[in-house]
Amino acid sequence: MWDYLKLAGLGLVAVCAAIAANYAHDLAYQVNAITVMLAAGIAFLWVVRTAGDTKPNVQHEYFDDVIRAGAIATAFWGAVGFLVGLVIALQLAFPQLNFEFLQGYGNFGRLRPLHTSAVIFAFGGNALIMSSFYIVQRTSAARLFGGSLGWFVFWGWQLVIVLAASGYVLGATQGKEYAEPVWYVDILITLVWVAFLITFMGTLFKRKEPHIYVANWFLLSMILTVAMLHLVNNAAIPVSIFGSAQVQLYSGVQDAMVQWWYGHNAVGFFLTAGFLGMMYYFVPKQAERPVFSYKLSIIHFWALIFLYIWAGPHHLHYTALPDWASTLGMVFSVILWMPSWGGMINGLMTLSGAWDKLRTDPIIRMMVVSIGFYGMSTFEGPMMSIKAVNSLSHYTDWTIGHVHSGALGWNGMITFGVLYYLVPRLWNREGLYSLKLVSWHFWLATIGIVLYASSMWVTGIMEGLMWREVDANGFLVNAFADTVAAKFPMYVVRAAGGGLFLTGALIMCWNLWMTVRAQPARVTQNSVVPAE
Amino acid sequence: METYSFLRHLADSWVLLLMTLFFLGICVWAFRPGSRAAHQEVASSIFRNDDRPADPTPAKKEA
Repeated sequence: MWDYLKLAGLGLVAVCAAIAANYAHDLAYQVNAITVMLAAGIAFLWVVRTAGDTKPNVQHEYFDDVIRAGAIATAFWGAVGFLVGLVIALQLAFPQLNFEFLQGYGNFGRLRPLHTSAVIFAFGGNALIMSSFYIVQRTSAARLFGGSLGWFVFWGWQLVIVLAASGYVLGATQGKEYAEPVWYVDILITLVWVAFLITFMGTLFKRKEPHIYVANWFLLSMILTVAMLHLVNNAAIPVSIFGSAQVQLYSGVQDAMVQWWYGHNAVGFFLTAGFLGMMYYFVPKQAERPVFSYKLSIIHFWALIFLYIWAGPHHLHYTALPDWASTLGMVFSVILWMPSWGGMINGLMTLSGAWDKLRTDPIIRMMVVSIGFYGMSTFEGPMMSIKAVNSLSHYTDWTIGHVHSGALGWNGMITFGVLYYLVPRLWNREGLYSLKLVSWHFWLATIGIVLYASSMWVTGIMEGLMWREVDANGFLVNAFADTVAAKFPMYVVRAAGGGLFLTGALIMCWNLWMTVRAQPARVTQNSVVPAE
Repeated sequence: METYSFLRHLADSWVLLLMTLFFLGICVWAFRPGSRAAHQEVASSIFRNDDRPADPTPAKKEA
């Protein structure tokens, strides 16, 4: 019966998408509608092929298939996102790479949101979904709730990525940073996210462990807050149901404030709280010792939750935003430094007594460097949110450097560590294919980030100083084009850093692939549950 | 009073106080006597149930 309902629903979606493609007002909408039609068609065929199959009772197993798919998707989208990042870094250094024949599709303006969404939502999002599913099952000692709802979350999220990415290139965007997807993609995101929440909460509800481990608190806060942010920031009215254009519900400074309330908390909850959840589970697991202080983790969690949500206005210093709001944002950003470093200390000190692992275990090294970058960027961020500093740093490349030391250093490195941890376990393999390659990846990525961040510091501070430089008569000394010319060498260094980072990620993909292909299967021990 | 002023006033007086007290309450709660054992038990919970869910039959109860 359930299969018939699914078939009817998928058929309906496919037909509606076909109609929508026919009436489409713009190319992006048309391509997206055809994509939805194809996706629904493929899902329809899949359901037809498997309808009526007797499903084995799997309640005594974890739902790991979807996590395996998540690991593949994370590695794949990571490589894609880094590659697009390298392309746009080169386009900034060498504008000739905005090819004439790709004008309107492959130039910087179109590729930039493709890069940010690919790394944040495709790479980071898949990493978060994959680790949430892994962590919540293990720490609840229960199979993922909702049967195949986990598959809906996974495939729905991939569809979101494909729709958003193809839409950006063809010009569908609502022009909000990190919230570019247009209204119908936003609706799909909402559906997928609610399904994600249901699977996660459902698993927590049927847990066999008395306590909810702290990693789940961070992950749950990520899911809930992102849901709230997404709904509020994307409140918009479509111009036509057959077009990708929409009109925002808010206007002017209210819209800006909502956007950066969203934008900063997307950093705070998607890229920080969610990844802290990964840290609190995978770092103790890899170090084989419990977290340094569970009390500190509780305080870390609540302090982060209470403080982060107020920090958004620091993106709008010296704008039409009221002074009190931007001061509030600045003050909370500075206070936020404390819980951030509390979390960093907690993560690092988990290794106390096991520091020797740093020499022997490149995965732990990756995780430690990731936590180090977390500490550095959560110091840099509060500093940059101070109005006096911000008057120099805002609109310069310093901001881009800051974002990348957080994203490449913290999010990237911890995700690589998690992938190296998960793949041998998920595919039941005897360790990784090559630890030497992990070391190569580690150094390529670390040097890449250092090149990236330092070149952006130099160029950012330089251009900030050039913009404000006045001569004895009070006239500005530099034209904007002068700063662009002066930045060229640093842009080349930045692209080189990105190239190293991408090379490292490709080495990781090869290493993980060979782990699954060539490593012998792990000998299953006689699994006796120890008496606790 | 208009809504904006009312909310502004509420936010930086009672709600602020409430949230601060809630947070301090959590800190005190985390350090309550006897929490050490509970926290150690949660912190080490990640080292079990790695391969399969806990036995669904309630007969096997932890000692």
